[in-house]
Amino acid sequence: MDFLNGLIALANYVLIPATSYGAQLALGALGVTLVYGILRFSNFAHGDTMAFGTMITILFTWLFQSWGISLGPLPTALLALPLGIIGTALFVLGTDRVVYRFYRRAKAAPVILVIVSMGVMFVMNGLTRFIIGTGEQNFADGSRFLITAGKFKMATGMEEGLAVRTTQVITVVTAVIVVALLFWFLNKTRTGKSMRAFSDNEDLALLSGINPERVVMVTWIIVAGLATIAGVLYGLDKSFKPFTYFQLLLPIFASAVVGGLGNPLGAIGGGFIVAYSEVAVTYAWKKVLGYWLPSALVPDGLAQLMGTDYKYAVSFVILIIVLLFKPTGLFKGKSV
Amino acid sequence: MPFLIGEAMTGGYGAADILHDCTIAVDKGQIAVIVGPNGAGKSTAMKAVFGMLNLRKGRVVLDGTDITGLSPQDRVAQGMAFVPQTSNIFTSMTVEENLEMGAFLRRDDIRATIEQIYTLFPILKEKRRQAAGELSGGQRQQVAVGRALMTQPKLLMLDEPTAGVSPIVMDELFDRIIEVARTGISILMVEQNARQALEIADKGYVLVQGANRYTDTGEALLADPEVRRTFLGG
Ligand SMILES: Nc1ncnc2c1ncn2[C@@H]1O[C@H](COP(=O)(O)OP(=O)(O)O)[C@@H](O)[C@H]1O
Ligand SMILES: [Mg+2]
Repeated sequence: MDFLNGLIALANYVLIPATSYGAQLALGALGVTLVYGILRFSNFAHGDTMAFGTMITILFTWLFQSWGISLGPLPTALLALPLGIIGTALFVLGTDRVVYRFYRRAKAAPVILVIVSMGVMFVMNGLTRFIIGTGEQNFADGSRFLITAGKFKMATGMEEGLAVRTTQVITVVTAVIVVALLFWFLNKTRTGKSMRAFSDNEDLALLSGINPERVVMVTWIIVAGLATIAGVLYGLDKSFKPFTYFQLLLPIFASAVVGGLGNPLGAIGGGFIVAYSEVAVTYAWKKVLGYWLPSALVPDGLAQLMGTDYKYAVSFVILIIVLLFKPTGLFKGKSV
Repeated sequence: MPFLIGEAMTGGYGAADILHDCTIAVDKGQIAVIVGPNGAGKSTAMKAVFGMLNLRKGRVVLDGTDITGLSPQDRVAQGMAFVPQTSNIFTSMTVEENLEMGAFLRRDDIRATIEQIYTLFPILKEKRRQAAGELSGGQRQQVAVGRALMTQPKLLMLDEPTAGVSPIVMDELFDRIIEVARTGISILMVEQNARQALEIADKGYVLVQGANRYTDTGEALLADPEVRRTFLGG
């Protein structure tokens, strides 16, 4: 019984939150890895692209709410999401037209494109704050819990409660659908295959008649979609604040690098590795250990390795370890 | 008039010319082979013919049409195909996907062409679902040639197709290349294995320092004591 209670506490405080966080990181890292594989640079503006897409989605959510439109138990933001994606895609395509294309034509080195993306990052950063403000926005509506801790205790008679939030389930379900669609697209469609070919061997892709501008355009649209979905899911699950999204850049890059830059499967694996490590390291294990260990062995302290304020350090450490020992990532990507 | 001619080509990668008044031609359904020492400009000549190099002088004529101004992609559409010396396959993609990408410009049914390639290179059919990067050197070259053939080209250009393969595999590849030529496709090929290549060549070009040194039928070049002594090792 104690063992089960410990398991429930573990699921409640570690497994479930980390899984939905991992799904959000995975979607973010997929965008980073696609840009790296096809446009061949590390896109520092990705966190702010997520923020921008989320902002547009929030604005439409508010509009729908003011019209009295809702999705019942589901958040209204899901209805606004497609509009957020379209808006972000247009913005990103515009950025490519006025900024990136110039450097691409000049065959600029990847490091220059990284700096350029930082410039884009600051612009998007400012734009988002200018439009929606720097504060925190809570835009999740609908029913908050799928299973509440109280109901769970009543139904099972367990001491520990298990709460599952609607947004956590939505995150995981959406991520599964999006990833399945993305892999179907990349592996089965003509355009998707041409993107992989371009990523694999640009010169040979050109010799085969693949149009690079089209590949780049489709990539940006997909990246805008992934970034907006990741941002909205994160915002629903936690809350939206521009600065938080900028900070997300670190765990997202860690995920992409851990999995192997340029490798979509790696981005997903990396997202979960980073999320589980971050949550496990910052979780106070006292409760779970209390159930699992004989009382003499239960630690007096919280058994928390690191305060949550230091959670980004976890990504950083993982990033450094991987770069030192396996620069191509765990899933065979390109070397950084 | 030959089917393809790169005439009096002069040009290079930067300020310095690599090619000097170099002429390469191939007739319909025939095999032309370019040989010469390392760094002679053989690959550069191939790139020039395929439009991957800006020519300062000279022109390229395909089937009577001047194509000097066309981009490589446009040349593919005109019926030319090129297998570069290095990175000539998509290593992370399956064998079949490599073939599909070769046919990217085609909008008609490519199944029949894929089957033709599999008949030409049966091992590729066996490995169709395997990543091309996992294949052996000889099999990779077959994928590379297969990819190029997917556009149903009239001219196939091969830059050292037998580089790094065993003599047995080399003979096998040459046999396949002869088979391709018999279907009416012209072949322009650079080869390190000069003697074997000239044996199957209708026409041979010996390039030295970016210029034509000897040009004759493959047979005549093999018989020429001067060519034998300096380029074929006696
Ligand atoms: N991309 C390039 N940029 C500048 N110079 C090059 C390039 N490729 C080849 N060269 C130079 O052009 C000359 C001819 O090279 P290449 O055509 O590759 O010779 P081959 O194929 O006969 O061995 C060499 O001196 C080589 O250094
Ligand atoms: Mg060469």
